[in-house]
Amino acid sequence: MKYLKLSCILVTILTVVLAACAAPTPEVIEKEVVVEKKVIETVEIEKEVVVEKEVLVTPVPEAKPYEGVEVNVLTFTGPQIAEPLQRRGPDFTALTGAKINVIVVPFSDLYTKILTDLATGTNAFDAFVFAPQWMVDYIVPGYLEDLTNRVAADEALKWEDVAPFFRDFSTTYEGRTYTIPLDGDFQMVYYRTDLLGQEGLEPPETWEDYINIAKTFHGKDLNGDGDPDYGSCISKKRGAQAYWAIWSVAACWLQSQGTGEGSFFELETMEPLVNNEAFAAVLDVYDETTAYGPPDELNLDVGDTRSLFTSGRCALSVDWGDIGTLAIDPETSVVMDKTGAVILPGTTKVLDRATGKLVDCDATTCPYAVNGVNHAPFAAFGGWSGGINATIDPKVKDAAYAFFSYMCQPAQANVDVTIGRTGYNPYRTSQFLNRQAWVEAGMSPEAASDYLGAIEASLASPNMVLDLRISQNQRYQGVVLDTAISQFLAGEITKEECMKQIYDGWEELTEEIGRESQLAAYRASLGVTK
Amino acid sequence: MQVERQPQGPAPSGLGLEAPLWKNLSQKLTTWAERLAGNVFVWPAVLVVLFLSIFPLILSLYLSLSRLRFVKGGFEINFVWLANYRKLLAGSEKRHFLGVMAGPSLVGWLVFAVVVGLLILWLVRYVRSRSFSVGGLVGRGLTTVVVSLGLWLLVRTLSPEGRPGTLVVTLIYVFVGIAVQYLLGLGLAVLATQRLPGRRFFRVVFLLPMMITPVGVAYLFRMLVDTDKGPFQPIWQALGLGLFSWVSDPWGARAAVMIGDIWQWTPFMFIVLLAALEGQSVEQIEAALVDGANRWQIFWHITLPQILPVSTTLILIRMIEAFKIVDLPNVLTNGGPGTATESLTLQAYIAWRSLDLGGSAAIAYILLLVVTFIGIAYVNLIRSRVAEE
Repeated sequence: MKYLKLSCILVTILTVVLAACAAPTPEVIEKEVVVEKKVIETVEIEKEVVVEKEVLVTPVPEAKPYEGVEVNVLTFTGPQIAEPLQRRGPDFTALTGAKINVIVVPFSDLYTKILTDLATGTNAFDAFVFAPQWMVDYIVPGYLEDLTNRVAADEALKWEDVAPFFRDFSTTYEGRTYTIPLDGDFQMVYYRTDLLGQEGLEPPETWEDYINIAKTFHGKDLNGDGDPDYGSCISKKRGAQAYWAIWSVAACWLQSQGTGEGSFFELETMEPLVNNEAFAAVLDVYDETTAYGPPDELNLDVGDTRSLFTSGRCALSVDWGDIGTLAIDPETSVVMDKTGAVILPGTTKVLDRATGKLVDCDATTCPYAVNGVNHAPFAAFGGWSGGINATIDPKVKDAAYAFFSYMCQPAQANVDVTIGRTGYNPYRTSQFLNRQAWVEAGMSPEAASDYLGAIEASLASPNMVLDLRISQNQRYQGVVLDTAISQFLAGEITKEECMKQIYDGWEELTEEIGRESQLAAYRASLGVTK
Repeated sequence: MQVERQPQGPAPSGLGLEAPLWKNLSQKLTTWAERLAGNVFVWPAVLVVLFLSIFPLILSLYLSLSRLRFVKGGFEINFVWLANYRKLLAGSEKRHFLGVMAGPSLVGWLVFAVVVGLLILWLVRYVRSRSFSVGGLVGRGLTTVVVSLGLWLLVRTLSPEGRPGTLVVTLIYVFVGIAVQYLLGLGLAVLATQRLPGRRFFRVVFLLPMMITPVGVAYLFRMLVDTDKGPFQPIWQALGLGLFSWVSDPWGARAAVMIGDIWQWTPFMFIVLLAALEGQSVEQIEAALVDGANRWQIFWHITLPQILPVSTTLILIRMIEAFKIVDLPNVLTNGGPGTATESLTLQAYIAWRSLDLGGSAAIAYILLLVVTFIGIAYVNLIRSRVAEE
């Protein structure tokens, strides 16, 4: 304790002595000290700057280029078509930061909803997934964004892998690309391989064969539940998607000279090809299929007929590629490995446009006939595709394009087309070539070969029938044709009245919109070669 | 501070005539201001009504005479005069709108002849009556012509080879539906006034269908009439009708729509008629009972006349409403099979959905004319009957 006290006294004395020595220091030296302090502060600031630079150099903003961007996508009420958009939306958000809102409306409202939103400048939607055959009504007034340059610069899209029909026709208008394909559509005939095998029947080659097969199985129990089932199931509901089915039957009677001949109108006069012997034969066949169909077939939408087929209640059906993938869903299908697909049946008599009469197929009248049968696979609808509103914010446009590109890229698309509930059918060459993906999805190698073979046969046909792509085609098909066919099937009007009603309705529309412009558009649409 | 009062009005000129003149002018000004004040208060309300009601009416009339066309950068509306009406009445939509007309059947001829005969008799009686006027004759003549044309359309489209269009189908929905609803509603109301066990419970139960949204009713009936998956499917199968659907038949589907509509709207008739029945005078009924009248005589001669004012108003309201039927045929049958169950409003909606705004407005205007004509004719008929009594 004594040493401690002594130490304290010594330190105090020393401090006082030193303080006494420092007292007479000149003022100049004091200023120098201040300068030294400033130098120290500067150094500290420099250190802080270095830290800030470290914070700025982070990879996060570059990895999510659309952080905070919301894209409103309008399409039709699912579950098909909307399902993959909704399922993959969060994945896309995680990758890019853009939030995808999928808004759905009934199919019958979709065309109008898009057009009124764009025409009135409401712009409630940034992007649309719709039928590409409607695009002419959206492109001519300038509502849709031209995607040509974006597609050309997008390597990840693998554009050259998209089948030529979808790349050159379905997604384009006057040589420019306006949509990104998400789906590939051809109508085909599906049949029960087990039933036809039991009866020793071949898949239908002509519509006569189709009727005979339907007649054979109609009223028999086809799925073992004890109830009578149906020979043919075709969606014939008005105001839905039934008006493509009638043209799948009609196409082979109306077009035989190749794709460029067209099947809807005369190429010189724009006169409708619906009031002649050939169309009368079409109506007879179509009406007869109803006799072998479900009792409420006139009120069935495509979803209903697909369910009936996969539940084993139909021997035959006409549909897009959906039944092929729905048939391998173990949860809903009882016809797994019992489903075959074939190109749309044909006919041995075709329309002579000069006389309006039916003539037999020969080398001149049916140059593309196979075994004397003229097939005309119908590229109905053209496949659901994504288009972008031209008037929205550029950042949102970029995000919307990136989303459609993401959905179309092989990594996503090649999986989605093998899942039945997506409603997406194959449209990329790699999807046809890589059949292993289909086998992994649950299809037998034979079924995969059969299913993809039917689509490939349709795509390869030089007599493929293109869907109508003229202004207001929705009114030609979705209103006039649909109404007259449904009235005919319900027995409200005769065959002759039906043909006259469609003819008059189409002529009236052509006059109203402008014959010259409609004819030019029709010819231009057929001028596109595969 | 004292302020000197100044004489009001212009300074006297000394002639002594200016003061009454000024007073007179002042009175005129006051009267004018009072009259103007009424207009100032009323006109804002009139303008609101004009803007919300008359202006859309004029605009839709203009739309019905034009066609929408989408052009670069937007759309344009082209005036086409009566082309949309011509399309409905004589063009490609004629079969859809008016139906397929065939030669009338024997029954059709008979009905037509009897009704036209009665209408002519009605006109002749009016000409001979004391209340004859030229205006009245023109009105009645117009009614006779329109009713005859409507009846001619009915007998031709309802003949075996014919087919009714949306106009006739709508008229069937309105007249058959309302007649059944009224009779059922009246029957239930009479039952509910009786001293029966559980009548309070049934009063609530009878009201339930009216509380359900029309789309809900349509889906309910869609499920009920589905012979493939609906609740009656086992019965249907047991009867050997598994391969037959009654709603795929045009008249079966129309019946399904009418049953749904009757089920939904009978409660409205019921509740109003119940109130009318319970509010009727008891003294007359008691007097009739004392005089030995039976139940039917009391109902026919005492009850029915008493509830007649309520009944006419009720039928008028339901008639105007029934002409606009759209939800049931749209959801239940989608207007099908074919266009068998399509009403005028549904046809207008489908035209609007395909952006044929002109066609849609033309249908709506024809509907407006039909409803207005039938409404006025009905009110005049009731008024003249009451005046006669």
